Amino acid sequence: MVLTSTPQTRPAEPESQPTKLEIVDCDIHNYLPSPRVLTKYLPERWRAHHETIGPRSPGARFAPQAYPGAMRLDAWPTSGLPAGSDRDFLIAQLLDRYDMSYGILNPLFTGALTQTIEEYGAAYCAAVNDWQIAEWLEYDNRFRGTIQIPLEYPEGSVREIERLGRHPGFVQIGLTSRTAEPLGRRKYWPIYEAAARYDLALGMHFGTWGRNPGSGCGHPAYYIEMHTGQGESFQEIVTSLVCEGVFEAFPTLRFALIEGGFGWLAPLIWRLDRAYRLLKCEVPHLKRLPSEYIREHFWFTTQPVEEPPRPRDFDQLLADLLMDDRIMFATDYPHWDFDSPEEAIPATLPLDLRRKIYSENAKEVYRLGDGE
Amino acid sequence: MTDTLSQRWAPTGIPSAVIDADVHVNVPGINVLLPYLSDYWREICTKAAFRGPSDTSYPAGMPTSARPGTQPAGGGPPGSDLALLQAQVLDAWNVEYAIVNCSYAVESVRQHYQAQAVASAVNDWLIDAWLEQDSRLRASIVVPSQQPQFAAREIDRVGDHPGFVQVYLPVRSWLPYGNPICRPIFEAAARHDLVVGLHFGGVTPNPPTSAGWPSYYLEEYANMATSFASNLMSIIVEGVLDEFPTLRITLIESGFSWIPAYLWRFDKEWKGLRREVPWTRYSPSEYLRRHVRLTTQPNDAPPGPDGLRRLIDQLGSDDLFLFSTDYPHYHFDAPDEALPTGLSEASARKVLAENARSWYRLGSSAPRAENGG
Amino acid sequence: MARYVVARVDEIPVGGRKIVAVAGESVGVFNVGGEYVAFRNRCPHQGGPLCEGALWGFVASDGPGDARLVREGEVLKCPWHAWEYDLRTGQSWYQTARPRARRYPVQVEPGRSLVANPDDALLDLGYAKGPFVAEIYPVSLDDVYVVVEIP
Repeated sequence: MVLTSTPQTRPAEPESQPTKLEIVDCDIHNYLPSPRVLTKYLPERWRAHHETIGPRSPGARFAPQAYPGAMRLDAWPTSGLPAGSDRDFLIAQLLDRYDMSYGILNPLFTGALTQTIEEYGAAYCAAVNDWQIAEWLEYDNRFRGTIQIPLEYPEGSVREIERLGRHPGFVQIGLTSRTAEPLGRRKYWPIYEAAARYDLALGMHFGTWGRNPGSGCGHPAYYIEMHTGQGESFQEIVTSLVCEGVFEAFPTLRFALIEGGFGWLAPLIWRLDRAYRLLKCEVPHLKRLPSEYIREHFWFTTQPVEEPPRPRDFDQLLADLLMDDRIMFATDYPHWDFDSPEEAIPATLPLDLRRKIYSENAKEVYRLGDGE
Repeated sequence: MTDTLSQRWAPTGIPSAVIDADVHVNVPGINVLLPYLSDYWREICTKAAFRGPSDTSYPAGMPTSARPGTQPAGGGPPGSDLALLQAQVLDAWNVEYAIVNCSYAVESVRQHYQAQAVASAVNDWLIDAWLEQDSRLRASIVVPSQQPQFAAREIDRVGDHPGFVQVYLPVRSWLPYGNPICRPIFEAAARHDLVVGLHFGGVTPNPPTSAGWPSYYLEEYANMATSFASNLMSIIVEGVLDEFPTLRITLIESGFSWIPAYLWRFDKEWKGLRREVPWTRYSPSEYLRRHVRLTTQPNDAPPGPDGLRRLIDQLGSDDLFLFSTDYPHYHFDAPDEALPTGLSEASARKVLAENARSWYRLGSSAPRAENGG
Repeated sequence: MARYVVARVDEIPVGGRKIVAVAGESVGVFNVGGEYVAFRNRCPHQGGPLCEGALWGFVASDGPGDARLVREGEVLKCPWHAWEYDLRTGQSWYQTARPRARRYPVQVEPGRSLVANPDDALLDLGYAKGPFVAEIYPVSLDDVYVVVEIP
């Protein structure tokens, strides 16, 4: 097969936005060129282990995933490095191409976050964070990072938050869905306590491998179930965070929901408010309606953007949510379900709202720009 | 029953035709099942004091489990007394047909053959104590869903009884129901032209969420919608509706306001990922319109009088909704609140009776002149 | 309409492609079993670089668990969201509630034979047409050159 690709000539766009808007990308996945890149950031105790035994995630994985590595096909750099690991290629294909002012990195490595050997997980996460600083945040000042924590090992997570909580390059602490316990459970409260102490947002991202079956009905078989079912996982965790009283215990917490979509959020709000009114005898620690907690404490990213067949249904989604100040644009680069900044958000939305979505809401919750 | 009692339970304007697609009958105790068990099982149940499965889907202390006033005066749990059911639902609402669902958590019984025996006993008891006592009643077959071959056998055993119109499957399952291991259940249901009802609840070894076990019943209650979403997705992508093109599925007590956004997402992803499941002939939303119906309680529609109408508009059809009271579960205060609002007269008639009549192949629409069984 | 030479015939073997910048457009020229077809390098969905997508086969299935390839190499799958386009016609193949997008005419030079009614064959396999049709441009051969007409 002959594939001759000329440097990308931008085809004429059928509609372009009349106003150029500032863009903050709230979900970028950077990857290691190879696992060995991390070795120098690890303490001696774990270097040989990391290079020989490695992260060794137990449990079966979903494969195949639409495309190799779940990446968009054109994100594999010409340098031959893995997608998402070549900084110059990423910067050109994303930050420069779309003239972004900030890009929030979320290097999610399952072997770090859900590592069964607790201290290895803590060391691995610390190494990833130091790598983020040295090789990304200091490379281009548009990048901001997410503090990776061994989230099933709260003691190690708190140590890491305390180590880096004041570093100006990090805007949030990373969590995922499909955790070992619902994230509202007390096991995770030390993480929230530390997040509140350092006034850092928490960013919960789409998670694939947890320690439970992928759904409440047992183990799904297909990638589409795992991927599309992400909305279900997010609902379960939002429900947990609200019902366990996390926001009573930590009233300043900011929670970003990343790559879960948002079409399910208004129905969840109605459902929870209704259920709470019927069953509040069980949860006297809650002083407010679930909808109040949700609207006060949550932000969410747009990707994968909802695509109802009728544009007015998209408008209705936003009208139901009443969270215009909480919607944040994200591409999810370099994954295959990447949302284009030029196409994914309906151009028919009011300009003010598009400004909020593309940058203002993110800048506020992540304290970017003048507020830094 | 007295006029006073039925008035408390009746809506102010009783519609001309009502079919209630979800009322609950609860087994008052294992002793009512003993006559339907073999000697062997009867002995075990009595001498080892097996008191029946522990169904945690409707805990006795939770307000949603039973409306005040549904407790039979003579003892037994709400939903175990026929006379009370007749007064509080069938007569009060002038119900033409009611579909009885018995959430006896047979899927929680670990010993496969015991589960099979108990399920059979429940079905025989449903026939004797309910279906044969009031001709307005129809029922769902209770099966040991964790053993699909046994479930199919039970469907074959009683599936041709004219009182059974549906197979009851708890939505929380051991495996997603689309898994080929579960296929015998759908094959048997199709063979007998029975609807498959996915119902709120289910007691299995799996945690109720993809993130493990939540602390509160409030969470379990609210999270049931995600189990409906997961299991419906499994049934669709695994090709159950392609293998059995005549199969009908009802989502019972699932709520429904989550469905439009769920389908938008599912349709979108299916387009790119369909290659993994190439036997799916239709988009997910098309499967729903063709093969799935939804009961109206609990009503989680968007707030306001237009909530249901808006959902019907988003889903593209008023064929989809089946009126239910979900007696004796507590979802509404005044009976009027259970009536569909904001709909045209024609749509309201469909929701109140005609959709269920055609979906469950129930009798003619001759209006009832008077109450009574 | 202007005609542009985009390649020599021997540059694009069967199963191959060439992506060129022509008249302000990015265009991908494919050799589908000896036929040349030219696509605008832009997916109608969200504008991804369609012509950089991999070539897959259509899939026929008689039921759960059954899957076999037909017309191998004739599905152009967008490198972003994996939308599938018939490499011969530009038609996307899925069913949705959305109305069909505007369709560009496909011109076939005399003497070339396509599979009779390829759309019907796919419909028989259970495919349904999707809402998008990728833009394709008329292609002809001039001596040893592949020529594309761009509006």
